[in-house]
Parts: sequence; C-alpha cells; structure tokens
Amino acid sequence: MIAKLIAKRLAVSVLILLAVSVIVFAATLLLPGDPARAILGQQATPERIAALNEQMHLDQPPVVRYFLWLGGLFTGDFGLSTSANAPVAVLLGERLGNSLVLMALAALISVPVGIAVGIFSALHRGRRSDSAVTWVTLALAALPEFVIGIGLITLFATSVLKILPAVTMSPPGQPVWLIPSQLVLPTLTLALVVAPYIARMMRATMIEVLDSGYIEMARLKGVPERRVIFRHALPHAIGPVAQVVAIQLAWLAGGVVVVEFLFRFPGMGQALIDAVNYRDVAVVQAVSMIVAAVYIVVNLAADIIGIMADPKLRSAAA
Amino acid sequence: MSTHILTSDPTGAPPRTSSKPPGVLRRVWAQSEGRVGIVLTAVVVVLAVFGPLLAAPLTGYTPYQFADRPFAHSGVFGTDNLGRSVLARFLDGGRLLLLYSVLATALGMVVGGALGMLAAYARGWLDSVIMRLNDIVLAIPQLVFALLAITVLGPKGWVLVVVIGLTHAPRIARVARSATLRVINEDYIRAAEMYSVPRWRIIGREILPNIAGPLSVEAGLRLTYSIGAIASLSFLGLGMQPPTADWGLMINENRIALSVQPWGVLLSVFAIAVLTIGTNLLADAIARATAQTTVEE
Repeated sequence: MIAKLIAKRLAVSVLILLAVSVIVFAATLLLPGDPARAILGQQATPERIAALNEQMHLDQPPVVRYFLWLGGLFTGDFGLSTSANAPVAVLLGERLGNSLVLMALAALISVPVGIAVGIFSALHRGRRSDSAVTWVTLALAALPEFVIGIGLITLFATSVLKILPAVTMSPPGQPVWLIPSQLVLPTLTLALVVAPYIARMMRATMIEVLDSGYIEMARLKGVPERRVIFRHALPHAIGPVAQVVAIQLAWLAGGVVVVEFLFRFPGMGQALIDAVNYRDVAVVQAVSMIVAAVYIVVNLAADIIGIMADPKLRSAAA
Repeated sequence: MSTHILTSDPTGAPPRTSSKPPGVLRRVWAQSEGRVGIVLTAVVVVLAVFGPLLAAPLTGYTPYQFADRPFAHSGVFGTDNLGRSVLARFLDGGRLLLLYSVLATALGMVVGGALGMLAAYARGWLDSVIMRLNDIVLAIPQLVFALLAITVLGPKGWVLVVVIGLTHAPRIARVARSATLRVINEDYIRAAEMYSVPRWRIIGREILPNIAGPLSVEAGLRLTYSIGAIASLSFLGLGMQPPTADWGLMINENRIALSVQPWGVLLSVFAIAVLTIGTNLLADAIARATAQTTVEE
C-alpha cells in the first residue's frame, strides 16, 4: 500500500527530528559558563542567580531539562535568550516571517527559471547555446553564496550601477516588504545559487526522456513538437527533478543565513549569527531546530511526491 | 575484464593488465572543462602556496604592518580597514583556506569512505545503524551544524576542519556505499573471500581501488564545498580570526568600503570564485572521464 509507505516515511522523519533535537540539546551540556550569570551580569547576587537557575530549570538533571526543553518547543516556548534577556520566541517571531518571505520569493523565481533553462538547454543539446548554459550553470553552482551576493552588490548597488540598495533599510519592527527594492538583491542571490542545480538536473533528465522510445514514437506519429515536449516528455522528467528542487529548497533554509548576514536582512539567519557571536545557546538551538524541521519537512514532501510519481514504486508497494 | 582489453586506447598504447581504467587524467585533460578546471585550480593553488613568500618582497610590507591610512589608495591595490597593504594580505590570505579545505575534505573522505564501504560490506544491523546515523546528520544543514559547533567550541582552526569534514562524511558514505554494492558481488571479491583474506584487507586492497572513480568525483565536489563553507564561515566572522590574513575574512573586514576602496573585497572574491569554479569544473570533468570508462566497459 502506498499509504503504508508514506506513513513509514513520516515516522522516520519524526524519529530523525527527535534525534536531531538530542544533538542540538547536547550542545548546551558541552558549553562552559553559566547562562544565569550571563543574563544577570557579574554583580548579581547568589540568590538571584539561584532563582533564575530554578526558573530556567538549570538545577535539574540534563535528562529532565531535555524533556522540559522539548516540551517547550511544542508549545512555542524556546527558552530565554541570554544576550537579549527576552524570550527567544519573541526575538524570532517576526524574523521568521521575514526569512520565509525571502525564501518563498527565491523559490518562486528559481524553480520555473531553472526548469525553463534546463528544458531550453536539453532541446538545444550539443549546440553553442547549450554549452554556454552548461558552463554558466557549472560556474554558478560552484560559487559560495556570498561571492554571488557581493558580485551583485558590486554590479547593481555600488561600483558599476547604483540602482538598488546594498543593505536592508527597514527600521526594526517594520515588515521588510514595505520597501520592495531592498528584497531584490537578496532574492536574486538565493535564486542564482539554487537555479543552476535545478537547470542541470532538468537538462540531464530531459535529455534522457527525449531519447526514450515513446518520444520517438510520438514524433513518428506526427505529434506536434510542442505537444511532444509538454505533454509527453515534461511529465516524465518532473519526478526526478522534484527531488532536486526539494533538496535545493531545503538548502535555502541554511543558505539564507549567509545571505541575510551579507544584506543585513532582519531575518532568522542574522539572529543566528548574532547569537553565535554572543554564545547565546538558546537562540542557536531554537534556530537550528526550526531550520532542521523545515529541512526535514521539505525532504519528506519530496519523498512523498517521488513515491506518488513513480509507477514502479506504486506497483512495488502494492 | 575481457571486454576491457577490447577497448582500444586512443593513443594506441598496449592494453594494461591492471584493473584500473587507463588514462583517467588524460581523459580529464581531453575535455575543455577539465583543462580550464586544472588551469584555474593550479593558478590559485600556486598563488596560495607561494603568495605568502612574495607578500613582503613584492609590496614592502608584511601582511600585518601598517602601510598608510585606512582605505587609502597608495600602493598597487591600496590599504584595508586598518591601513594594511591589501596586496600583501591578499597574497598571504589563501594559504589557510586551502590547507583547511584540503584537510576537511581528506577527513570527510577517510571517515565517509570507511563507513560507506563498511556498511556495504557488512550489511545487516551495522549497515542500518551507519545509514540511520547518516540520515540524522544529513537532516541538519552543514552551515547550521558548523555554527552550532562553533558556538560551543569557539572559532578555532581544528573545529572548522573537524566539523566541515564530519558533515561531509555522510554524503561521501552514501556514495562509497552504493559504489561498493556494485562491486561487492564480483568474482575477484568472492575469490579473495575463499582464500580467507581478512576483511579489512579485502576492503583496502580489492574494493577501494575499484570504487576510486566515484570517490574521486566526490572528493572534487566536496573540496569545492569545503572551500565554500570555510570561506563562508570566515566571511561571517566565525572562521579565521583577526589579525589573520584570509580571503573570506578580508571580505568581511573591507566590505563597508566597497564603493570607496573595492580592491580589499574584490581581489578575495575573485580568488575564491576562480578556485571554486576550477575545482568544480575539475570534479565534473573527472565524473565524465570515469563515466566514459564504465560506458565502454
């Protein structure tokens, strides 16, 4: 049964997420220093430190603390930020929204563009336009995201043209989409990182499909070329590409960190970097868990699409 | 193996008796991608290795000496945020990045390769345990994992090498495992087992040489990502620490003056770009070179 296969995959995802939470939580145990003292400062009295320790459950054994922390995650209580002296959930709330906007925009641009470029390249196989696409995608796929971002800043914001803002200008608390121009470069950077992989996979899969017997048959029958591509070839190529798309979208959850830092974008990634600098473990843990959860959910979605799309898997499961 | 001898070598060399496909390097060089990749990589490697020796003689300043006011335009490429020679720091800035990337990749290849071969060869519960542990590590994005480690252990060189290497290991293990599964039922492995050759010796002497193709592709790819990851961490200020001269860190230090004195940023960006593109082209060319041999076989 296909439902059984999906249920099994779902259970595995939950187990992996739990295992990730153990790793993320274990990081706190390795950390030297005293979070309560970090929050209250050097002048704090022992009584206040003891009180805060009790409030943060630091007087409990690690196993109890793990379950308290895990329970908190489900109720939206991510603990107390030691650097901001505020609940992590409040700190991350609006930033999560900002990051999701950035990721969604990048996905909306890169997926269709990547697929279109891949199809174009496959249809022009062996010609100069195809090899140009191959070179460009290979080069872009190699570049770290901040290199692409700085390239774009140099081209569009500082040295060559000055038509777009180089950094985010929204004051804290204001939604980032009120100044759309500041979203252009971060989105473009992420899209340029993600699209090449999709294009390369699309090209390879499309070439394989175009060489298959049923495409030749359709062409011999006199089916118009446009119809051959969009009705016969594309649906068969989408399955494997969906996997790569999902991996790339999951990658966005981590890749957004560097891009946010580069553009001073008030998102989760920026908060993560600040927290690492301040050794603010509660925030690092919360962001790690959110990113891992996004990552796992997207991968799960890809697997389910893969299971549904693959007739061999369908019959093997039945 | 008999079909192997039938494949004619383009240069007309006599067929070799070794089981290795002949002339992988020649096949890489025969592709324009491979040539460009080798040249780009070599240029940056030479720069990173010999640059530190040239820094002081060429510019008159060591990478740590103050040459002029901050962001001045004196010298060939001006000065950085603290007034040090950009050229001297640029020449000195690739060595650690390259060293750490190579070490991290090597660590990942050794750990991942060993785990992958072991999982495929042992099968059973050991295989399951290794692959499930893989899935767990793969569920955390590499950068986030690295940041978690740096939060706890601090931004030290060995932390970078170990965490980048270990996060590569599961991906490499997957490749090694599936490659091993393809050769595990070959007759020469069975023969070795019949002669009761020890398992570690079969893994090292029989399996490893026969999965060298996919592993070398993976090594090229992982080297590209190692360079990207370590440069990214340095750029975030969480990799190499000041006053070290390092390309990623230089970008972080000098990017506020991108419109006034762009060289402090652009030289480093250019070097990292050339290096990663070079290694990626090389990995792609190796992939094609080794894939060609499997097609012909």
